[in-house]
Amino acid sequence: MILRAIFQIGILLVLPPLLLGVVNRVKSVAAGRTGPPLLQLYSDLWKLIRKDVVYSRTTTWVFRAGPLVGLAAVATAGTMLPVAGQPALLAFPGDFVLFAYLLALARFATALAALDTGSSFEGMGAAREVSFASMAEPALFLVLVVMARATASLSLSGMLGPALAPAWKAAAPALLLSAIALFVVALAENSRIPVDDPNTHLELTMIHEVMVLDHSGPELAFILYGAAIKLFLFGALFVRLVADVGVAGFWAAEVAFVVELVGFAILVGLVESGMARLRLTRVPQMLVGASVLSVFALVLLLR
Amino acid sequence: MGSWTDIAFILVVVLDLFLLASSRLGAAIRAVALQGALLSLLAVLLTSSGHDVGHMLVVAGGAFLIKALLIPWLMFRAIREMAIRREMEPLVGYVPSILLGGLGVVLSFAFSRGLPLPTREMHPFLVPTALATVWTGLLLVVSRRKAVTQVLGFLVLENGVFVFGLLLTDFMPVMVEAGVLLDLLAAVFVMGIVMFQINREFASLDTDALSSLRD
Amino acid sequence: MVLLVLLVPLSLGAVAFAWPDNRTRPALLLAGSLVHLLGLGSLWVHPEGPVMRDYLFLDAAGKVVLTTSSILFLASAIYAQGYLRRRDDRDNRVFVGGLLILLSAMSTVGMAQHLGVLWVAIEITTLATAPLIYFNHNARSLEAAWKYLLVSSLGIALALLGTFFLALSGAGPDGPRSLLLADLVRDGAHLSRPWVRAAFVFLLVGYGTKMGLAPLHSWKPDAYGEAPGLLGALLAGGITNFAFLSVVRVFQVTSAAGEGAFARDALLGLGLLSMALAAVFMAGQRDFKRMLAYSSVEHMGILAVALGLGGSAVTGAFYHVVNNGLAKGVLFLAAGNIHRAYGSKRTDEVRGAARRLPVSGPLFLAAFLAVTGTPPFSPFWSEFMILNGAIASGRFVVAGLFLLFLAVIFIGMGATVLGVVQGSDEGAPSRPGTADGWLTAGPPVALLAMVLLLGLWLPGPLLALFDAAARLVNGGGA
Repeated sequence: MILRAIFQIGILLVLPPLLLGVVNRVKSVAAGRTGPPLLQLYSDLWKLIRKDVVYSRTTTWVFRAGPLVGLAAVATAGTMLPVAGQPALLAFPGDFVLFAYLLALARFATALAALDTGSSFEGMGAAREVSFASMAEPALFLVLVVMARATASLSLSGMLGPALAPAWKAAAPALLLSAIALFVVALAENSRIPVDDPNTHLELTMIHEVMVLDHSGPELAFILYGAAIKLFLFGALFVRLVADVGVAGFWAAEVAFVVELVGFAILVGLVESGMARLRLTRVPQMLVGASVLSVFALVLLLR
Repeated sequence: MGSWTDIAFILVVVLDLFLLASSRLGAAIRAVALQGALLSLLAVLLTSSGHDVGHMLVVAGGAFLIKALLIPWLMFRAIREMAIRREMEPLVGYVPSILLGGLGVVLSFAFSRGLPLPTREMHPFLVPTALATVWTGLLLVVSRRKAVTQVLGFLVLENGVFVFGLLLTDFMPVMVEAGVLLDLLAAVFVMGIVMFQINREFASLDTDALSSLRD
Repeated sequence: MVLLVLLVPLSLGAVAFAWPDNRTRPALLLAGSLVHLLGLGSLWVHPEGPVMRDYLFLDAAGKVVLTTSSILFLASAIYAQGYLRRRDDRDNRVFVGGLLILLSAMSTVGMAQHLGVLWVAIEITTLATAPLIYFNHNARSLEAAWKYLLVSSLGIALALLGTFFLALSGAGPDGPRSLLLADLVRDGAHLSRPWVRAAFVFLLVGYGTKMGLAPLHSWKPDAYGEAPGLLGALLAGGITNFAFLSVVRVFQVTSAAGEGAFARDALLGLGLLSMALAAVFMAGQRDFKRMLAYSSVEHMGILAVALGLGGSAVTGAFYHVVNNGLAKGVLFLAAGNIHRAYGSKRTDEVRGAARRLPVSGPLFLAAFLAVTGTPPFSPFWSEFMILNGAIASGRFVVAGLFLLFLAVIFIGMGATVLGVVQGSDEGAPSRPGTADGWLTAGPPVALLAMVLLLGLWLPGPLLALFDAAARLVNGGGA
């Protein structure tokens, strides 16, 4: 039992950088290049942790707290996600609200840190990020509400647990629509194309990247690591919603889960390679569209 | 998984929402063509139980030819001749359009529960889908600027009416259904001719320029 | 004979499209309308029973509307001989062919007893008219034709939805399961009322758009303003009446189903709104053809009010159909002549029409008097009948508003018409070869004479016909 819990936490802590590595690899291969090694992010994190930190004179404790709070929040959110058919480490009715708000707290901390630097680039990035988030959050909540309604459960563990399979049999189209909406939200929240380009080097076109320009050393490591965990969280949510393979046995289920997550990362990479970034004015339309899709799914369920 | 009919109805509504959000004319025309194809599929799926299958196949085939092939082809010719690719910012912006469309969908599903159907209920999604599609068509006609999008909105409206007409296949004569298809074709033909002529009279297909007559 | 009345104009229309000679083609128009009127006359004398599985039958209401339109069409056909000869620079193939098809379609509407056939025929009238509006081939008429087509098609699509609703309302186990008027009216009690109500709303909006009731009238000023005068006469005096007939048919079913009160209120509301809107927009109108369009909106409003009042006002409504149709014919034909003589429709440029066009000018003035309800012209009597109906049923507010709007319209329209007709025509633009001729001035004179005659003496059989039509609406059956 304790072994399983440790294993779950271990997956949460160890796997995320690999996912990012897979995404980057897929993008490179799609572009015809070989690309960085899959374990590149681990090397980057290790390198960054051993470096010194440099602080700007205009920053305060907020700047130093930002990455820490962000990482802590995201990791805590991870403990609420059920993995491989087991209930999550933290589960209670209404925990999906806490989940969403922990992610929001992480974003809030990062944005505050960006504003604390007093730089106009980072302020601009923070403004963009937050305004997109204001539309992505309702979409996320609507997806969660659809799932709650479909499985008649108010806890993430219940939603993604044994009640999900019968829910799919009863209301597959609705859940499919909300899965599509969830994927769109995942792309938005993780600053992927078509919302944001993680590879751009032009500050004026950045959204998430520009918020973290001033961080260095271990704090930058925390930021990168936190972003990876966030991608893992959304990936886990999506994968559990869509591809719940009823594999018996704890270890087999865990292996299946890891494989599916890699599949999710590959999908993200393919989507990023296939699309171009949307004009900034089109992003709200896309997010509102995702919300409306979820509303439609909800209407189908309520019928 | 739900039945194919469920999926077809849901896809029709999703296409409605897509049309409200789309600013690329090529994508919009393809969406309307796909919607037409789905409608002819629905015509076949809904009447496989018992009745006059032969007649239904003819209607479905005609619908497919006209809605999914002929009319989109005409539309593509129109935009190619006019070299237009995009709609300009419509009178009702995209985000409000999507929201209004979503509202329409919600209200359609909510109200159709309260409407007692005198005849056998073919499918619980039929009436709400028809109403939502009619609403979308109206929204498109009223709020868009380019004549092509207005015609697309009209086609969507006709699609919604067609869906509703499927309810009557039990006992209504062929005439009305054939008339719908025929006149839809005729209407679009004439509209198309007018559109082409619109191009020659004005430099663009922008109906704002068609507002010199005013009181 | 019924089929003959329908098919002859249609086949002549097809011939017109194939006919090579531009000069002689208008004669087909004359031939078609003569055959049509004669055929109709024979149906008056020897009435026939239902044809084509009961889909087509000329009942009292249809007789009123169809005969008015046939007379109007004949007058227009004679006018067209002169008009098209003066416009022989234009290819009149589409015009002549389209008009003949229009005649056939209008006849189908008049005789339709099946709501589906009715809908198809109305749709065909829309399709046939749109290219005709574009006869002048300029930017403004293109805009008018586009707006007309778009708005009318919208209305017709909604009318189809309403027709489906109506069919569905009768689909119950003991319902009529048919769209035949007779079946629906007979089994009215078995119709599902929520669906009938919804159907009425959509059908009123749809066919009301074709009528040009406010607020669905936006196409009218443009279409009537830009169309040639002859087409305006047919649109305002013909097609709108057929749209009214469609509304009447729908009303028959709705009141048979027990939703008559709801329908009447809706009609009253829209009718009064139309009259009010016409009154507002008629004042200060700078284009006298657009002014005529608002006059058409006003009279459609009057018809709607009459239908909504019920009882004896409905007889007045059918009487008004005839009067309005003929008077509009005079108005538009005379206005067309004036427009052609001056090359302009604007009231600041056109003056002194009475001097330059000794027939059309005074005709325009006389027609204005007729259409605003001045005795002894017949519209006075039909409007009086409607007003009587309002007061008799105790609806004093409606009667008061009715009178108020009529007065305002009289003032507004009068100012424009007097400005156009009176004064001297020095300095006003002119065009050669546009003086009054027999063919272009004769028909409107004849129509005005009919309007005057009907005002002085209403023949008994005609009144009986109006009463019979009213009985259809009020549920007496005939």
